[in-house]
Amino acid sequence: MASDSTAGAAARPKGTGLFAPGANRIAFALLLLVAVAAPYIVSEYWLRAIFIPTLIFGLAALGLNMVTGYAGLISMGQAAFMAVGAFTAVIAYGKFGVPIPLALLLAGCLAATIGVAFGTPSLRIRGLYLMVATLAAQFIIIWILQRVPWTGSGSFATINTPPVRIGGWAATTTADHYYLVLIVVAAMTAFGRNLVGSHIGRAWMALRDHETAAAVMGVSMLRYKLLAFLVSSFYAGVAGGLVVFGWTGAASVQEYELDVSIKILGMIIVGGLGSVMGSFLGAAFIMLLPILIGLGMHHVAALVGRSVASVDILANAEHIVFGSLVLFFLIKEPHGLARLWQRLTDWIDAKFSTGKTRVRSEDPK
Amino acid sequence: MGDLIFAVELLITGLLIGLMYSMVALGFVLIFKASSVFNFAQGAMTLFAALTVVGLLPHVGLAMSLAITALVMCLVAVGAERIVFRPLMGSSQLTIFMGTVGFASILEGAAQIVWGTKPQGLKLAIPTTPLKIGEVFVSKPDLFAAAVAALLVAGIVLFFQRTKIGLGLRAIADDAAAAGVVGIRLSRVWAVAWALAGIVAIASGVLWGSRIGVHFGMSLIALKAIPVLIIGGIDSVAGVIVAGMIVGAAEALGEGFIGTYIGGGVQDVIAYAVALLFLMFRPSGLFGQTAIQRI
Repeated sequence: MASDSTAGAAARPKGTGLFAPGANRIAFALLLLVAVAAPYIVSEYWLRAIFIPTLIFGLAALGLNMVTGYAGLISMGQAAFMAVGAFTAVIAYGKFGVPIPLALLLAGCLAATIGVAFGTPSLRIRGLYLMVATLAAQFIIIWILQRVPWTGSGSFATINTPPVRIGGWAATTTADHYYLVLIVVAAMTAFGRNLVGSHIGRAWMALRDHETAAAVMGVSMLRYKLLAFLVSSFYAGVAGGLVVFGWTGAASVQEYELDVSIKILGMIIVGGLGSVMGSFLGAAFIMLLPILIGLGMHHVAALVGRSVASVDILANAEHIVFGSLVLFFLIKEPHGLARLWQRLTDWIDAKFSTGKTRVRSEDPK
Repeated sequence: MGDLIFAVELLITGLLIGLMYSMVALGFVLIFKASSVFNFAQGAMTLFAALTVVGLLPHVGLAMSLAITALVMCLVAVGAERIVFRPLMGSSQLTIFMGTVGFASILEGAAQIVWGTKPQGLKLAIPTTPLKIGEVFVSKPDLFAAAVAALLVAGIVLFFQRTKIGLGLRAIADDAAAAGVVGIRLSRVWAVAWALAGIVAIASGVLWGSRIGVHFGMSLIALKAIPVLIIGGIDSVAGVIVAGMIVGAAEALGEGFIGTYIGGGVQDVIAYAVALLFLMFRPSGLFGQTAIQRI
């Protein structure tokens, strides 16, 4: 998992090499175990409200992290690309009977095509100007989705999916949907991890850290910038498809407005820019936020003896906490939860290994 | 003839609204000129200011509530500089931009917790009967708003050109490190820039509020000013004014003539579509400085 933490991370201590059983590895295995066993551990409510959306938004965040965290190109349109994927998937499956795996692939591909189209200005412009291009993508895509006839049109255009079936298997319970999401997300995460560790990921980081130097060294801006947008929006598109098949059962245009794009951006800031693991940690954290705030408000209400948590206040408190978290991580821990995770596992490793050596060195007699 | 008058009316309305976009965009330009930061929170500041004005209005009257809001915005500006942007000084543009996104979220939440989320009307004592010039009707509130916008723009241009702090702002925009070396207090100048942006937010919040009501959608108005920035050139005050009028006119004419064919709402995206074209073919905008960087 060493390459998971951000670029420029401190060298890992010895003993956490490829086959060494470091704490990181054990913790990761535990996390995987929890993910697989989740339907047997947590209630259906938690599965629906936290686990599934965490996986789906984690995937979208991973896509955004590739373009923003690795390649250093800001994008504010991730939710719109998810919307493209969601509608593509539901129309392909519901209307034309395309099998779900293919429908998901199609969702990713169409989102990727549109992502590249809006990413082309990145070849000439950078930074804030690029942000505007992606913001334009967000607004224009949603605007079009609200108007084309085949989405049902209107600000609340929604299409429900028929029952989810793949071959002879039908997803009926929440756990079924969860496993569908988990399999797709796990496969794409594994792919993504290899991708950012490959020459492509290194090229992205080179572009991020010094575009001119990277270009001088022969990293093709054209190829790698567009590739970043392509992969990023592909991930968003598949995540959108998963929303339909694995979570809400419908593609609704109002679920992909600008605030969702900002939320995904927040996920990668909190989780860790330039970190695969961080994308999911951030997604989980942001998904848990409303519940944590609700709990906090509940305790405050118990203290003051009356209810303080109207729906409005909860929603706005979430805004405040979200913004504060983003600022906190930007200022205090720019590498996000991923770095905290790494520190924790390093600390455990160090504790155990130095513990052993101390025992040895301290008993010479 | 009827069509022509309709077009002229649309054009005038568009130009007047465009000036109001320019005013919102001016808030961005102020911060950008002072610190090369793109302030995503400008929309949230507009919402915050408008909600504060409307919230205070029943208690203290318009003049007083404007004054108190101005004070509050200055405090917010100084606080933002101290808590958010000083610690981020020296970070990449991307990081600081993300900081403003977080700051925007805090402001939106805070404003709506304090003042509630109900949309509120805001009435300025301006007669709504349209002014008739020849055959063409012009809305008085729009005219008033445009006049205020024009005054504000003129004031800020003078501020940049004639005052010491304005000079400091321009120096910092050129080279922050060098400006620091010659003794310009960066933190103070930045706080002033943020406070000015806050004042601009009040003006745009009140004027837009009187037009569309004060509610959450207001922060979207500010997002519409972003294409204006791109078209005009992000560092050019003159460019922003011209671009605002172009966008306003394009929106009004687009809605009036194309909108009827495709079900309305053209004005929501036309500015962004135009901005995209500019990004592709003339990234520095109409009047912006071309930052040449070729590889």
